[in-house]
Parts: sequence; structure tokens; C-alpha cells
Amino acid sequence: MEAHRSIAATPFIKDPRGMILIENLTKVYGAIKAVDSLSLKVEPGEIFGFLGPNGAGKTTTIRILTTLTKPTSGRAWINGFEVTRQPYEVKKQFGVVQQHLSLDRELTVWEIMELHGRLHHIKSGERRRRIEELLEYVELCEHARRKVRDLSGGMKRKLMIARALLHRPRLLLLDEPTIGLDAETRRRIWQLIRRLNSEGTTIFLTTHYIEEAEALCHRVGIIHQGKLIALGQPLELRLRLGEFAVEVLFDGQVHYHYFQSREEAKAYVRNLPSEIKAIVVRESNLEDVFVELTGRKVEDAENLVG
Amino acid sequence: MLRILWDSYSIWWADLMILKHLWQRFLITSLMSPVLYLLAFGFGLGRGIRVGEVNYLEFVIPGLIALTAMNTSFNGAGMKLNVDRLFYKAFDEILMAPVSPVSVVLGKSLIGVLRGLISSLAFLAIGLAFSPLRISFLFILSLLLSCFAFAFVGVLAALLAQSHQDMSTFSRVVLMPMAFLGGTFFSLEHLPGWLRVTIYLMPLLHSNRCLRAEALGQTFPWISFLVLIAFGLVFFLACLFALRRMST
Ligand SMILES: Nc1ncnc2c1ncn2[C@@H]1O[C@H](COP(=O)(O)OP(=O)(O)OP(=O)(O)O)[C@@H](O)[C@H]1O
Ligand SMILES: [Mg+2]
Repeated sequence: MEAHRSIAATPFIKDPRGMILIENLTKVYGAIKAVDSLSLKVEPGEIFGFLGPNGAGKTTTIRILTTLTKPTSGRAWINGFEVTRQPYEVKKQFGVVQQHLSLDRELTVWEIMELHGRLHHIKSGERRRRIEELLEYVELCEHARRKVRDLSGGMKRKLMIARALLHRPRLLLLDEPTIGLDAETRRRIWQLIRRLNSEGTTIFLTTHYIEEAEALCHRVGIIHQGKLIALGQPLELRLRLGEFAVEVLFDGQVHYHYFQSREEAKAYVRNLPSEIKAIVVRESNLEDVFVELTGRKVEDAENLVG
Repeated sequence: MLRILWDSYSIWWADLMILKHLWQRFLITSLMSPVLYLLAFGFGLGRGIRVGEVNYLEFVIPGLIALTAMNTSFNGAGMKLNVDRLFYKAFDEILMAPVSPVSVVLGKSLIGVLRGLISSLAFLAIGLAFSPLRISFLFILSLLLSCFAFAFVGVLAALLAQSHQDMSTFSRVVLMPMAFLGGTFFSLEHLPGWLRVTIYLMPLLHSNRCLRAEALGQTFPWISFLVLIAFGLVFFLACLFALRRMST
């Protein structure tokens, strides 16, 4: 890794509409409102986490931002360009790693990168230099001549990440970027996200790993059934729920209670009936916030993702 | 304009790389059916039969070239695009690139055109061994035009299809009747009027008329040539429309 050389976007003029502006966005599929009057603003330089259970509408939102899907109503802008009216400009602003693999299996790793570079009009010398650099960063150099069909799942995902960075977008949209990656690679990706961010790239990511959001994101938004139900810094959301959590095993089920201070939590525990034995007192976390708001266990959600 | 062509080339480039990886398989599969037709109809059936001035073998070879151009261009452009769009989502990469819809349609058609040209010219080379054909500029131009028209049909079908099944349904309902009735295997003289009118609506008939007239040194059917151009344009515009409608 060459820390001295920037791989992120060049600085730019700030738009009053922020990096992402979403206004009253709605997407209806038949009887389902996949996105329901969503409004949201992401400022340049942020790492924003977009959380929500399966089917909440995260991918649909990203598809609208990336011009793949047209909204039923409402508007959205990326860096001041409106997604439905200026798709050409919008496409130059973002890089995206989609939730599902979206690679041509018959092409080689190098060809995948090369195609992306050509489509984004990067000159051939510069293209070659950047491809080498990115493939090295995601450790795919030795596999450059292999076809995508012969790669492992994690290698494919790393390739998608490298591809999204090739044209140095100002905004990086990541739809569950670390799914299926081993622990070490995931850390590397986190590092990469932080590095890109420190060099000026705005990051918008979805994830089912709440600790990932907590570790990375300046702000998170929680979406449930197409609606934004919480927005703020992870710590802020935690404090709103209660800084301390008490887990109580009762009737074979774990019940959660939240308190603003350790004293309140301890007082609660002292007053519990004596037949309740298994009790945990701990600091609350973002996952508590998520589960309280969406009424679902995150582990359940995780297991459902392809 | 230059940008549009350059972007089309970029899109085509990726398909060229794949063709380079798989060209032997491609050549064998696309030559299979015309060679079988040639053996079955040309030799098995056609010895001694005469169609107007010429013997059947001379009659059928230009038709088989048009048929090959149609099938290979359609499949070459459509089949992979269909799978890429619906199954591997690789088409998203093109849809999210800052390139114009014209480049997307053109770029995705070119591989069909190229494959259509390669296999029909390869078949032409085989045909030349059995029958003296006249290869003129107009012959090549008509062939190129046919490849474009049917490659656009392939792209159109791939953009409209909701499943892989739709693709083969399309090819059975639209291409197969053309293959059997579109003037490849027989001349239309003895058909009832209503059927002849229907067949005149088939693009393949016009490819057949152009190619056959040039190959056999007959008067060139300029009307068919223009009709072929018109079909190509309509299919191209339909592709643009389908592309616009797709992002819902
Ligand atoms: N093309 C489509 N046609 C019909 N319904 C769709 C389509 N795409 C998404 N939906 C529906 O929209 C809702 C939101 O889906 P979306 O993929 O945006 O959820 P998500 O938040 O990304 O979920 P996950 O965490 O599972 O990826 C779901 O109910 C889904 O069934
Ligand atoms: Mg999703």
C-alpha cells in the first residue's frame, strides 16, 4: 500500500444540495412500497451508513441513485445533478459496488477493469497505471489473467470494489461491500474505506454487520419498510435509547431494558424478583438501537442474505 | 458523434475479448446448421430440381447465407445480452457507465454483426466450392445490412425478455417462420396471394432477394434493399425505446 499517493477523487466545488439529496422519494412495486417518502441528505466527506432489515428498501434506494431504477415519485440529486434528468452527469459522480455480483464471467480480471476504464474515458497509460495499483491493493495482481468464473466469491467482490474505484468517484455507494469476505480482508476494506474518506471521497454504505457501521460511520440512517425511522450519529442514537442495557432471561427468552446510567440499571436489577437468575448488565450498542426500532434480530436478517 | 462511436467500440471490445477466448466453438456451432441444410436440401433433395433459370443448389446457397446471417446475428447479439442482463447482472455495468443509449445499442449489436458476418462468409466459402456465385459490392453491403438488422432484433429481444424462456419463445415465434417461409428454400411464385403478402413483411425475404439477385447476376431488387434499411432503422429505434423503458 502506497500511503503517500492519493487514489481518491480530486477536490471539487461544494454544492448546496450536498453529496446526496433525496426528497420524498417513493418507489412502488405493485402493492409494495419499497421506498416510502424517503428524505435524506448526505454531506460531502461523510461516511454514511444505511441500515435496515431485509426488504427495507436499501438496495432500491441505491438503484434509484445509480439511475438503474426510476422512482415512482420524488427526486434525488448526486452532487447537485438530478438522477432522473441528468443521468449522464450523475454516472460520472459515483462508483458503486452492488449487493449482487455483477461481473461478466467470461472476461478476465484485467479485462473487467479495462472495460470500466474505457467506459469512463480514462486514457490508456493512466488506465494501466491505475488498474495495476488497484489490483495490487486488493491482492488480485497474480490473478489478473484469470477469468472471473474461476475466482472465489471473495475475490469477485474485491474485484468489484477495485472496479468501482477506478474512475476515482467522489461518491462511493457500497451495498453490503464486505459480505462473504474473511475477517482480515474485511478489515482491509474498512481501512480502504477510511483512507478513501480521508482523501475526500464520500461514502454511502449499507450493511447487515452493525459493528461495521458502528466502527466506520459518522452518521447512520435506519430504514424500515421504506421509511426512514432514525437518523444520527451512532453514539447519539445509542444515548437516545439508553447508554446501558440489561439483558434478562425470563421464560426462556431474553428481554432487553435500557437505562441512562449504570446506577439506574443496577437499581432495576436489584429490584428484580429473586427467581430470575441470568442477568447481564452492559453498555448498549448500535445493534440494540436497530433491534428496538425494527423489531427484528439482526442475526436473522444476516442469514437471509445471499 | 465521435464519442458515441468510441463508446460503442468500448462496449464491443469486451465482447471481442470473449469471442477471442471462444472462437473455435463459435465457428463450429454456427456453421453446423447451414452445412446440414446444404447436405439435406441442396444435395439430398435438390439434384435435378430447377427453380426458373437455375438449378436448386445455386438457388438455395444464397438463401442459406441469408439464413445464417439472420440466425447468427440474432443469437450473437441477443443470447449473451439476455443472460448478462437477467442472470449475471453484468449489463448493469454498461447501464451505469456515462455513455449514451445510442452507444449501448450499437455496442451491443456489433458483436452480433461480426459473428453474423464471419459465419455467413465462412459458409459462403463452402458454398463457392459447389456453385459459382458472383460476389459484388452490393452483395456484401446487403449481407452487412442484414446482419445489422437482425443483430438489432437480437438486442431488442434481449432487452424486452423477462426470462431466458422468452428468448427461445421469441426465436421460435419470429425467427423460425422466417427461416421456413422467408424465401430461403423456395420461390414465392406458386404461393397463394395472402401468404405471399405475409411473407413480404418478413425482413429475411428481403435479405434473400438482395443476396440471391446479386449472387446469380439477376436485376437487383432496390425496393427490397430499401425495405431492409427501413427494417434496420425501425429495429434500432425500437432498441432505444426498450432501453429507455427498461429502467423502471
Ligand atoms: N424489481 C422488483 N420488483 C418487485 N418488487 C421488488 C423489486 N425490487 C425490490 N422489490 C421489493 O422491494 C422491497 C425492498 O427491497 P430492497 O431490495 O430494496 O431491500 P433491501 O433493504 O436491500 O433488503 P436486503 O437487506 O435483503 O438486501 C422488498 O419488499 C422487495 O420485495
Ligand atoms: Mg439489499
